[in-house]
Amino acid sequence: MENVKDIVLDYVKQEYLEDGDDREIKYDTALITGGFVDSFSMVSLKVFLETKYNISIPDDKATPEAFDSVNNIVDLLKGFGVN
Amino acid sequence: MHNISSYEETIENFSWKSVEEELGYKPGDTINIGEYCTDRICRLGMGKRKALIWQDHSGNVKTWTFDQMRIDTNSIAWYLENMGIKPGDRVCLFMDKVPELYLGFLGILKMGAIVQPLFSAFGTESLETRLEDAKTTAIITQKKHLPKIRNILKDTEYLKYIIIVDQTDELHLKDREHILDVENLPKLDHYHIYKSTAETPSVLHYTSGTTGKPKGAQHVHYSIISQYITTKYSLDLKEDDIYWCTADPGWVTGTSYGIIGPWSNGITQCVLDSGFTAEGWYSFIEKHKITVWYTAPTAIRALMKEGEEVIKKHDLSSLRFLASIGEPLNAEAVLWSDKVFGMKFHDTYWQTETGSMVISNYPCMKVKPGSMGKPFPGMEVGLVDINTHEYFDKKGVVGIIAVKPGWPAMFRAYWNKKETYDQKFVNGWYLCGDRASIDEDGYFWFVGRDDDVINTAGHLVGPFEIESALLEHPAVAESAAIGKPDQINMEVVKAFIALKPGFEQNKMLELEIMNFIRKKLSPLAMPQEIEFVKSLPKTRSGKIMRRVLKAKEWGEEIGDISTLENDM
Repeated sequence: MENVKDIVLDYVKQEYLEDGDDREIKYDTALITGGFVDSFSMVSLKVFLETKYNISIPDDKATPEAFDSVNNIVDLLKGFGVN
Repeated sequence: MHNISSYEETIENFSWKSVEEELGYKPGDTINIGEYCTDRICRLGMGKRKALIWQDHSGNVKTWTFDQMRIDTNSIAWYLENMGIKPGDRVCLFMDKVPELYLGFLGILKMGAIVQPLFSAFGTESLETRLEDAKTTAIITQKKHLPKIRNILKDTEYLKYIIIVDQTDELHLKDREHILDVENLPKLDHYHIYKSTAETPSVLHYTSGTTGKPKGAQHVHYSIISQYITTKYSLDLKEDDIYWCTADPGWVTGTSYGIIGPWSNGITQCVLDSGFTAEGWYSFIEKHKITVWYTAPTAIRALMKEGEEVIKKHDLSSLRFLASIGEPLNAEAVLWSDKVFGMKFHDTYWQTETGSMVISNYPCMKVKPGSMGKPFPGMEVGLVDINTHEYFDKKGVVGIIAVKPGWPAMFRAYWNKKETYDQKFVNGWYLCGDRASIDEDGYFWFVGRDDDVINTAGHLVGPFEIESALLEHPAVAESAAIGKPDQINMEVVKAFIALKPGFEQNKMLELEIMNFIRKKLSPLAMPQEIEFVKSLPKTRSGKIMRRVLKAKEWGEEIGDISTLENDM
């Protein structure tokens, strides 16, 4: 079974990189500050996580820092019992 | 001491002619924004002063003096000219906030072409619509944005040159693609700058309306007269300042006050090419000892949300003046900044079409938290009746903000849309499309838009564009888009969607539709909420009544629904 880290990474690559964009995204790549995901796009990423893992992430937890890398997102998800 | 010590005295003594004289311009002279922001500053003895301090998200810093900027913009102008680009051609800048964006802007103007800056987060459809409308000759971009351009290439025969600023490998270039390596261009000390005059087109910024496709607001080189003096008076910039305008030059604030205003004043400005985090922004201010900071209410509210602890970790004592632009700055944000930074944010009001500030809170003036401020000297700004568009002078009564035409930065056309342009002028006034009232002291107070355009994070998004794109999704039968109140962004897009038979509403479909719009149009246009409905309220002639949906969303009176065809 695919682990959470890879599911999130695959989703980010699939949704936030254009076909043909050859930039690499790794677990620790800066997503927000690095310009892959902006504050508006963060909303769709949040909806994905909530839908996929059947959780509700309150606004005060959905900060740019918490979404700034796949590693950070995985840490955030751990707080909701998603491992 | 501020650049203006008394608002009333400045109003009394102000003339555009005196600004022209201050800049050494006489009617009929050549006036080129590229020249005024670089060569002229060097001639004034400020060539060695830093013009640009640029930093990327990893903390790497590059700097340009005004003299280096003068030479690099000469080189870019020469490169574009040699390539075959002609004066009057539209050259699009489609980049993140990289140095080539800023240098390219001035280089394009120096060779006489028209700059068409576009927000680099635009999706393929938003990009194509705007390039198609302007029949853009060339686009300057980064490798990361190439896939979007390549996607639309077959339908854009007018687009002759795709110029990539960070491509080093010629082997991977495709049809019409070229490399622009600014660092390795010949360093041109002299360039025959295009002899533009006051009314020569300079910048083409696209903006959205309620109906139809986005419109290109076309400006002229003479706009610099307004942009220079509003920067000086409203932002109070002085020669020792280190200035930071957080706006992206894909939007008008990023060019009028992120390029033309500060550099025509010979001011050092910083650029941060990184996504938003509170920690990142405060570190940037501390590191570069920024003194004047011009940002957006959305960003200020996002900083408020992050709290005060993060502020305490930084020495922000360099700051001396704060201003904001984009959407109305709420009183809470003004009071918060006073508490945490020891100074208030000064709200300013203007729009793509006005090219420069129309109403401001000036440093010499008492700030009334929540107010837009007072009209800029030399500009006649008032209110007209919402229905008749007749001017009135009554305190506390809501009307549409209107400006008497004639200020230098006023847009001169909507690209190829003369009729739409003419409709913006009624009874001798330019109508801004925003509602406000004026209090006993002459301060303006924003009330809301006069149309269905959505103001999200200070950017106008047209509902028609979103609805049209939504209909291209296979599950969508009909749709309506409105602005929904939002604590951080003022408004965000909410879509009402009726599905085609055979489709069932669920969270995954909602997410799919959100991403569909984000990629097609832009993250700003992506609905942050989707409500699935059986049908939409329509008039008997079949027109969707957005105002009914909006009134319900905002908890307002629905008003006259006698023309409503169906029950919701």
